[in-house]
Amino acid sequence: MTAGAGATTGDAPLLAVHDLEVHFPITSGIILERQVGAVRAVDGVDLAVPGGATVGLVGESGCGKSTLGRAVLRLVEPTAGRVVFDGTDLQDLGPEEMRRIRRRMQMVFQDPMSSLDPRQNISSILTEPLRVHGIAGDRSARVKELLDVVGLPASAASRYPHEFSGGQRQRIGIARAIALEPELIIADEPVSALDVSIQAQVVNLLEELQDRLGLTYLVIAHDLAVVRHISDVVAVMYLGTIVERASSEDLYEQPYHPYTIALMSAVPIPDPVVEDTRERLLLAGDVPSPADPPSGCRFHTRCPFRQPTRCDDERPALREVVSGHAVACHWAEAIRAGRISPSASAFDPNAEARRSTPS
Amino acid sequence: MTAATALLLDVRDLSVTFTRRDRRDVHAVDGVSFDVRPGETVGLVGESGSGKSVTALAVMGLLPDRGVRVDGQVHFDDDDLLTLPRDRMRDIRGRDIAMVFQDPMSSLNPVVPIGVQVTEVLVRHRDMHGEAARKEAAELLRRVGIPDPVRRLKDYPHQLSGGMRQRALISMALACRPRLLIADEPTTALDVTIQAQILELLKELVSDSGTALVLITHDLGVVAGLCDTVHVMYSGRVVESAPRRVLFADPRHPYTGGLLGSVPRLDSPRGEPLRPIPGSPTDTLPWADACAFAPRCAHRIGACSGRAPPLEVTGDRSLRCVNPLAEGEASPNPAVAPPASVAPELEEEPT
Repeated sequence: MTAGAGATTGDAPLLAVHDLEVHFPITSGIILERQVGAVRAVDGVDLAVPGGATVGLVGESGCGKSTLGRAVLRLVEPTAGRVVFDGTDLQDLGPEEMRRIRRRMQMVFQDPMSSLDPRQNISSILTEPLRVHGIAGDRSARVKELLDVVGLPASAASRYPHEFSGGQRQRIGIARAIALEPELIIADEPVSALDVSIQAQVVNLLEELQDRLGLTYLVIAHDLAVVRHISDVVAVMYLGTIVERASSEDLYEQPYHPYTIALMSAVPIPDPVVEDTRERLLLAGDVPSPADPPSGCRFHTRCPFRQPTRCDDERPALREVVSGHAVACHWAEAIRAGRISPSASAFDPNAEARRSTPS
Repeated sequence: MTAATALLLDVRDLSVTFTRRDRRDVHAVDGVSFDVRPGETVGLVGESGSGKSVTALAVMGLLPDRGVRVDGQVHFDDDDLLTLPRDRMRDIRGRDIAMVFQDPMSSLNPVVPIGVQVTEVLVRHRDMHGEAARKEAAELLRRVGIPDPVRRLKDYPHQLSGGMRQRALISMALACRPRLLIADEPTTALDVTIQAQILELLKELVSDSGTALVLITHDLGVVAGLCDTVHVMYSGRVVESAPRRVLFADPRHPYTGGLLGSVPRLDSPRGEPLRPIPGSPTDTLPWADACAFAPRCAHRIGACSGRAPPLEVTGDRSLRCVNPLAEGEASPNPAVAPPASVAPELEEEPT
């Protein structure tokens, strides 16, 4: 894959996130507000996005994936940690410098209806970034060009967002994001609000644009099949931390982390032959609250492979088990090798809940 | 086909038309027929606007009277649900036929504890009261896998997680051991690991109690693992029906094939491009004088417009298409590259 215009020198990734934390304070009291706790939305994440590549961030609701994406652009302020974009530490930048560098990093949002101003026509929506960043030139020609790139007719320029279907609106959102010729695009659930047949159009468009413009993507989504399809590297998040990071092929071929294994076995596959023979590793219960995350391994409360030692009290670091494949699990190798088997209840969590009932 | 007496639910030519003053009528459901046998799991699949949810609401008699015209027949046992008096329908609904909706938060009353909402069904349909009803409610919650059900009875809906709320709804739906359960996108609002739990639960309940299930969803993956028979809907009509193994192995309608080609599969080799259906579900023609899917169809021929394609039955497959895909044409791994993604055309009229 070719690197974009902002290709970085050597091996340095275009975007590097180091030990990033975003904690939202929980306060109590009306006049004398004091902090009584924190929602640890993102809690120590390391992530690198090489220029020209696509990194996928996948996880269930509340795992902190969207907050991480926003923290990278400083749309929410990180509590701790560093975000380095093309060699620049964003934390050191003042508001004006930050505004300027955002020209090189843009965002595509989930819901195209609420992220487009209903009272602005498409031409105005697409030229706004150019106005904000004071870019001269023939703007109407640029609008036409942008619409063409995302596969919309030039006549769309004078229309308003409500006149378009969901898929078309998402194309407009993408056109706006590429208007400034950014190097990095953070796409937060770019297809999840769209109908199945439309999702594929937008996924293909994102891939086309990457080849054409040399874009670098950080794609955030809950749909593992979509993320795997579009990404070179996938990071799986659980409760504010990355539990596994590997190339798309490796992650599917040989997942190490119990959460990844369970997540993948839960994704339905549109093929009855596969569905009938699949063995599901079902997780019991729900995701714990990020305001009060479990001690030790965040996943131990639901982990079917939980061991009596280490899991409860020692937080596993993200470590490379094989080249390019990092896992945050004490027992990753043993689980992979089949030396630890899941508890029986993992195959029927409903049964466990029924048994544990006091009558 | 076995004798009609074996059918639990028999929907014939169901049409739902929304009428608006000074505006054109909207045919949300346009002559849908399908049947459900006792214990069978039937899937209705379609994108937004395909009429799948309105079909369910019509069967349940939950559509408003004003501005809606419902035609056709919905036979359940010997009754036609569409002509049944209101109070008879109320007896059947909840007791013989139950429904689970997509969003468990908006289907539960936020200011009433879960326990009261579950017992309400028992009081209404099973004539249970007081302590007996409360005990049975706890038992129902336990059956759907809610831990510590006695304590949970006092909880309000917001105190439960999404998955637990959906379990609570399912427990209410199953309170009277209905013979038919209609689940409208029961897992769409849930995370994938919770979805797997709920689907497993539904599967278990269906096989344990012999309840027939009509599952409405847009997710082909969900249908693939659960449904005996699948009906694919487009713009208010069924375009293809078949047993799931037949349908997924060899889709014949270009829309079914298109749907399967546009979802990335977790187990497919990476790097294979998706084959989207061009256009959007709103680019339809009226069924009256054309195939509604024709504007988006790569298999379109002259005969697609001019008259509505009839639903033809061959073996265990029904198909509404005059130029269907050949056998194996829509195989999941095509040898030939698909055409480059086609830009959708703007509708001429603003909607």
